[in-house]
Amino acid sequence: MLSFVKRCLGVAVAAGTLAVGAGGALAQQKEIVFGLQCDRTGPTATVGTVLCPGYHDYIDLVNSKGGVEGYKIKVIEVDNEYKVPPAMEAHERFKKEGAVLEGLYGTPQTQALAKKLEEDKILGTSPGFGTAVAADGKRYPYIFPIAASYWSQAGAAIEFVKERLGTLKGKKIAYLFYDNPAGKEPLPILEDLSKSEGFELRTFAVPAPGVEMGAQVLDITSRYRPDFVVTHLFGRSPSVSIKELKGKGFPLSKVVAFVWGSAEADIIAAGGYGMAEGYSTLQFAGVGKDFPVIKDIAAMYKAQGKSTPKEMDSTVYYNRGVMTAAVHVEALRNAIKAKGGGVPTSEEVKNGMEHIKDFSLGGLVPPLTLTATDHEGGGWCEVWTVKGGKLVKTKDWFQGYRPLVEKQIQADASKS
Amino acid sequence: MFHREAGVFKTTYATDMALYPLPVAKWTVAALLVLFVVIVPFTFQEYYLSILNLILIAIVGALGLNILVGYTGQISLGHGAFMSVGAYTAANLAVRLGLPFWLTLPAGGLMAALIGVVVGMPSLRIKGLYLAIATLAGQLIIEWTINHVPAISGGAQASIEVPRPHLFGLVINSQGRLYFFLLFFAVLAIVATLNLVRSRIGRAFVAVRDQDIAAEIIGIDIYRYKLLSFAISSFYAGVCGVLYTYYFGIANYEQFQLIVSIDYLAMIIIGGLGSVLGAIFGAIFVTLLPIVLRLLLENVGSLIFSDSELANVISGTRLAVFGALIIFFLVVEPEGLNRLWRNIRNYFRVWPFSY
Repeated sequence: MLSFVKRCLGVAVAAGTLAVGAGGALAQQKEIVFGLQCDRTGPTATVGTVLCPGYHDYIDLVNSKGGVEGYKIKVIEVDNEYKVPPAMEAHERFKKEGAVLEGLYGTPQTQALAKKLEEDKILGTSPGFGTAVAADGKRYPYIFPIAASYWSQAGAAIEFVKERLGTLKGKKIAYLFYDNPAGKEPLPILEDLSKSEGFELRTFAVPAPGVEMGAQVLDITSRYRPDFVVTHLFGRSPSVSIKELKGKGFPLSKVVAFVWGSAEADIIAAGGYGMAEGYSTLQFAGVGKDFPVIKDIAAMYKAQGKSTPKEMDSTVYYNRGVMTAAVHVEALRNAIKAKGGGVPTSEEVKNGMEHIKDFSLGGLVPPLTLTATDHEGGGWCEVWTVKGGKLVKTKDWFQGYRPLVEKQIQADASKS
Repeated sequence: MFHREAGVFKTTYATDMALYPLPVAKWTVAALLVLFVVIVPFTFQEYYLSILNLILIAIVGALGLNILVGYTGQISLGHGAFMSVGAYTAANLAVRLGLPFWLTLPAGGLMAALIGVVVGMPSLRIKGLYLAIATLAGQLIIEWTINHVPAISGGAQASIEVPRPHLFGLVINSQGRLYFFLLFFAVLAIVATLNLVRSRIGRAFVAVRDQDIAAEIIGIDIYRYKLLSFAISSFYAGVCGVLYTYYFGIANYEQFQLIVSIDYLAMIIIGGLGSVLGAIFGAIFVTLLPIVLRLLLENVGSLIFSDSELANVISGTRLAVFGALIIFFLVVEPEGLNRLWRNIRNYFRVWPFSY
């Protein structure tokens, strides 16, 4: 026993000296710090445990290829457990370590940090989180949604419905949503569209935690009998909605979900691909493994003699992590180039972010163009549908009712 | 707190109730004040100040809950909702009427107290688990109301951005300035609670907790004191919510959901029910432990795991260790960290001549 302890101590001391040595060596190398907030243990852990490995893998890939313009990237990850106070602690930690940008996680967290990020002049990205009005770069200079907001998704969903039904005039659309601020956010867009396109809209709220919606679905399928159902649910509730709608005999080909109702895990939890056949979802990042960057990551693992991680199979969330990381790296690259190879400040990285132009990462990312005024990047979506045991792309990158969404953003900005 | 006494024999009630049991206690308090007002803010980095700020806010909330649960013996699962009442009251006043923080802060507290009395009404008839469920209903009703009444929530997003507080032309925005801002209110809350619990009201609370029928027989109006306890506790919660609002610059009810009520209950149970120091210990423990565990695991874990693996290991391990430590401390001392601290102190009081 004693000898075992001694051996352990020996290993620890050796490892410690190695680590100190390695630390010294690293300090000489050019290194830039990114902060990443994540939720691996909170209520949205099913997302975080897949999304964040995607982020790390992309950064590892960039580092293994020599980094960005000669700089290695170091990611500091903090698990905020979807709570707000730890998110503030995480931000201060990133600031202390000299992070040039932050990946935010969670809608309340994004909102709570908006002011602090502006004061500290560090940009934060919030793909799929935060508020739709954060797309306005003038109003929230340091918040970058970098992906379709719920307003853009509402426009895209209705555009998809219109394509499926031919016309919207006189049709009935049911909106089944999670009863929280994020769930209610698309309502103004949907109401505007119902007036201008002449369809009837009825809303059905699902109270938290969203696993009980039998009454609402029965109301939809038996009483209201809509031509199409748009769902906007989170967590466990998307799988429940698939099961309930299917169980009550509603054709899933007449359902389209927002971006958080769409992962492989949701479909499996609902009873598998056979059960969910025909179910369509919006996406703000590509789905599947058929992208050069995903193949590069797999090749990187192979070169290291490791098998690819299981998270890679949950391509919906994994690819979103890759997308976030890729946009971060692109912003950094722009900033370094603009400075002629020097170490950029957080302010300069923000400037680099605002100069991302037609960035597509082999189709994984929409043709993303960020400017000083548009931090959302155009609000592009794809539609993927469950077909024959897998997710199939049914509609390529498109913007739904963009002028209306832009008008709404401006109207909100002038209100306050 | 940190001193040893000898030959102290209290002969009157006045000396027994004194805030400073010994002259030396004044010096301890003075030393603590110097430490936290002069030394800490000028030597700590901004990051550590930000952690201290979170602890200071948590102390205010934990003290309030401890008055209700620890001193009066009424359980509440609605503490988070009372915070949101305070937060939205202050945010609406600050944005719509442009009032300064020294008006919105007490207003938020008073509104929370008012709602707290209403939610506390069932305590007049029911106790224990039943009261827990009644207050849980209060929490959910308040959440729902804020979510669905735009007049309160300020729109579909249910969040109101609040300008940074001003004082004498100074904008309180950096962590350093916020530290002084929050320290002032935390100290105020601590002093107020210390005085409350040794007053007539505090003693009535304890009497109600220990045996409400006996309390009634000796002439304590238990209905009045139960509601008063709810009011005072909710006032603290409301102030805590306002402090959160000014700290983050936004009022958002999603910050104050049920899990927050449970976190605060955990704080006072770990710290020690029915003691001011216990609430402070609990607030420090629950806020600091996850952070310390993560820093520890980051440094130790990097010897074994690669960076990307480490992230997953840290989160899981941290949660498990956090839970295990709570169980460990409660098994070692069911009365919480405060009792543990007193045991240690009592041991050293007679050291090295303990029998």
